[in-house]
Amino acid sequence: MRPFNYHRASSVKDALAIAGAKSNVKFIAGGTNLLDLMKLEIETPMHLVDIADTDLDEITTTSAGGLRIGALVSNTDLAANKTIRQHYQVLSRALLAGASGQLRNKATTGGNLLQRTRCPYFYDTNQACNKRVPGSGCSALEGFNRNHAILGTSDRCIATHPSDMAVAMRVLDAQVEVKAANGDTRMIAMENFHTLPGDTPHIENTLKAGEMITAVALPPPIDGVHVYQKIRDRASYAFALVSVAAIIPKSGTAQFAFGGLAHKPWRDKTAEKELLKGSKAFTDALLKTASTTEHNKFKVTLVERTVAAILAQAEEAKA
Amino acid sequence: MKFDKPAETNPIDNEKVVSQPTPRIEGPLKVTGTATYAYEQDKGLKNVAYGYIVGSAIAKGTIENIDISKAQRAPGVLNILTYKTIGSLGKAGRNNAHLLAGPNIEHYHQAMALVVAETFEQARSAANLIHVKYKRSHGQYSLVKNIDSSVRPERITGGPAYTSVGDFDGAFSNADVTLDQTYGTSGHAHAMMEPPASVAIWEDNKLTIYTSHQMINWALKDIATTLNMPIENIRVNSPFIGGGFGGKLFVRADAMFAALAARATKRPVKVTMTRPFMFNNMPHRAATIQRVRIGTDKAGKITAIGHENWSGDINAKKSEAGVRPTRMLYAGANRMTEARIANLNLAEANAMRAPGEAPGSMVLEVAMDEMAETLGMDPIDFRILNDTQVVGENPDKPFSQRRLKECLQRGAREFGWRDRPKTPGETREGDWLIGMGVAAAFRNAPVQNSAARVKLTRGGAVIVETDMTDIGTGSYTIIGQTAAEMLGVPLSQVTVRLGDSDSPVSAGSGGQWGAASSTSGVYAACLKLREKIAEVAGLDPKTADFVDASISDASNSYPLRDIAKEHGELTAEDTVEFGDLQKQFQVSSFGSHFIEVGVHVVTGEVRLRRMLAVAEAGRILNPTSARNQMIGAMTMGAGAALMEDLVVDEKVGFFVNHDLAGYEVPVHADIPQQQVIFLEDEDPKSSPVKAKGVGELGICGVGAAIANAVYNATGVRVRQYPITLDKLIHQLPDVV
Repeated sequence: MRPFNYHRASSVKDALAIAGAKSNVKFIAGGTNLLDLMKLEIETPMHLVDIADTDLDEITTTSAGGLRIGALVSNTDLAANKTIRQHYQVLSRALLAGASGQLRNKATTGGNLLQRTRCPYFYDTNQACNKRVPGSGCSALEGFNRNHAILGTSDRCIATHPSDMAVAMRVLDAQVEVKAANGDTRMIAMENFHTLPGDTPHIENTLKAGEMITAVALPPPIDGVHVYQKIRDRASYAFALVSVAAIIPKSGTAQFAFGGLAHKPWRDKTAEKELLKGSKAFTDALLKTASTTEHNKFKVTLVERTVAAILAQAEEAKA
Repeated sequence: MKFDKPAETNPIDNEKVVSQPTPRIEGPLKVTGTATYAYEQDKGLKNVAYGYIVGSAIAKGTIENIDISKAQRAPGVLNILTYKTIGSLGKAGRNNAHLLAGPNIEHYHQAMALVVAETFEQARSAANLIHVKYKRSHGQYSLVKNIDSSVRPERITGGPAYTSVGDFDGAFSNADVTLDQTYGTSGHAHAMMEPPASVAIWEDNKLTIYTSHQMINWALKDIATTLNMPIENIRVNSPFIGGGFGGKLFVRADAMFAALAARATKRPVKVTMTRPFMFNNMPHRAATIQRVRIGTDKAGKITAIGHENWSGDINAKKSEAGVRPTRMLYAGANRMTEARIANLNLAEANAMRAPGEAPGSMVLEVAMDEMAETLGMDPIDFRILNDTQVVGENPDKPFSQRRLKECLQRGAREFGWRDRPKTPGETREGDWLIGMGVAAAFRNAPVQNSAARVKLTRGGAVIVETDMTDIGTGSYTIIGQTAAEMLGVPLSQVTVRLGDSDSPVSAGSGGQWGAASSTSGVYAACLKLREKIAEVAGLDPKTADFVDASISDASNSYPLRDIAKEHGELTAEDTVEFGDLQKQFQVSSFGSHFIEVGVHVVTGEVRLRRMLAVAEAGRILNPTSARNQMIGAMTMGAGAALMEDLVVDEKVGFFVNHDLAGYEVPVHADIPQQQVIFLEDEDPKSSPVKAKGVGELGICGVGAAIANAVYNATGVRVRQYPITLDKLIHQLPDVV
């Protein structure tokens, strides 16, 4: 860990002002991922701006009939929130499928979106990793990549985004509320928040320098059966091999988002149109561009089977 | 005392304290955070400095240049030790690779340098400023690709590398029913909770080292050899150890560096390892490839049994000898076993809980299940038909005691084995395919000489001192129970001091010999103390009773407290020396594992539903801690069966998943229900206390029982561990 300057912001405005005046700044909330990365010198900020004292820890209703979740709301509190449990079950279930109780107590809504990949080559600073050191190469391409991406990959990076929460937010079409140093607020759709690796796998989202996540806005509740199925080698406290967030309405098209498949929570609305023709048509379209390795090709079968089962069960429930 | 004939009736048989379920006597220290583990042994020390180990970034090659100039100038840095500054070190025979790299690199993360600084954070930060220029050389990292170049070592643990009885080839080719299958087990990390850690202090020429080590006397000798110094000038102390599983049998770089840095800086120095560093720096259990051949007659009697095992190690040294159970467990006139080893440039392979027997039984007991199916027999009946009271490959050598059949039958009753799905893949509850599996548990129960010193203090308290360790196993408590039983005092009156090299040399913790051996040493010392007490009390030690904290005979009774007050502190020391009973009799512990699993019919996820083990291990000294050992071992075996896998990146030459996010071990949610039954038992040929080892028995066979249950649930036979969903999913029934 490199020495760094610690600033404790008293308000969002204060946090943005401090961040705006410095370079190489990171905001810190729960620190469940950032501190580990700093110990390994994968992250080497010169300034940490602690936002724990800001007022971003509330869940409020929006005029549109949705919810605004403050960036500091912990994963535990969000999962337990009554409205979330009643009307956004997919999100509550995704949160509870993630990490451990201790981590969820510390981890925050904003921080969860910004957690970094769990690719083992990213974590070992002796190994080549374009995400960690742009241009150094990707050890995972020909290495151990059982839990790596099969969609939206590039020849520079096949890492996945490890979040469960973000997958649920993607299926809900949530919006990320972001504030800039000049006080401007903008909303970024989940679809556009995380990026694909392309030639720049070190860039993982569309936040601009100095911008801060202040909240995530959920749309009005979406009726239907909410499913979050996380598939993993052990029963708890493991990253997903594949996770599926689904909302299946009584009538009309279902919505699906996936974790463990890509550099970002994966949703393919074009493929969703194929759902009318059935599960296979959907997964065929979804996985058409899949690029697999010997170790991770099982994910294709896993997605096909899981989606088919989720849809079949929803049909049964309807009948 | 010499133990060379079966134990007769002795005071331990009273079982007033011994064999009673007893909470750990050091438990309150542990749950209040006041038990001092190695890294916390700096209380009262001034000027403590911190060391941070730098490991090699390549697997094989040489260091061309190591530039420490930037690191030396970093804040707080006191010293940087490398092979250039340290000079020549000795190498203990128990270490395979050198503890210190340079200029040669033998494996990834081999320790290369130590940065010593005022704080841990400063040392860690400066470590990143060391710049090393390497010259890489070509290494071998794949077991599969090195099968052909593997060699037969001279010996493996417990015997020769090759054994042959009768005419295996002839009998196998003439057998009515045969099986010939090849299996694989993955490499495993000990992944104990407490990383290796040491605090070293030099005063004049004397070194005191607080470290986390299973075998104090080995540590003492190996530190002396490594540092080229006389053993008399070293004290090793290791009172509390946060798990070892074999990973702390041998001195590691933390101890070496702490000692060297303390000498160089003239300050106490603390060194520990970070978790991501442990996986490639420390020993591991080697992956294996194993081939099993079994031939039987039509009725299922084994006529031929063969087991071959391949594993790898740096310098082709230590074989993970999976053939071990096959040499003894089942009858059969014609047999062969062979262990071969490949030279791999990975971190060294060495002992992990039930070395050889754990991965060997993961394979043999699946082969037995497959064979039973081919024969159309219940797998329990098949095992019982081939049960034996003499060693499989040496019928002249009887087992001291063997109640395997009873373990299997009792387990079957308790578990409801009769109700198991008869046809694989046909029992379903919702999305889950349900199956049951069984396996035999078998682990040899060796013993080691062990000494102890016992004192009756002036105040009437009892103090036991031995360099025995408690690695989380419960040694403190069973040693206290033994002394309490022998001297007729309540357990609360006994103080147990462990892990100090100034105390008499014990068996240490390894090979599941610790409990039986160390308590027998305490038993021996207590017998001597009883004689001393009787002598000063003027009673006949042969007839005197030690009850209610008094010594008494038919006409007299004296409280021990009064005797101590009158005659001063009384001390006795003795060693149990094991004769050749273990040559005449094969002393082993036995058991059975019963497993019920659910396999998700869509995803192939395997989840345990019920685990039962029935064990025969002689006298159970403390049912509470013995159960604890069994369920811990069953959990570890579940990890080996379902998720644990040290994955080798063959391009770089290292274990790539080297942290606890990448190397998954079971969590609570994976282990829903565990039941353990101990058969009421004493094995007088095993030890004076009539106990046998139990700490490693529980891991033997459990993996196979899980694999067999997965087969019973799905009809899919996975022969490469761990049994992860990707190996099942393509053969599961279609969805919808």
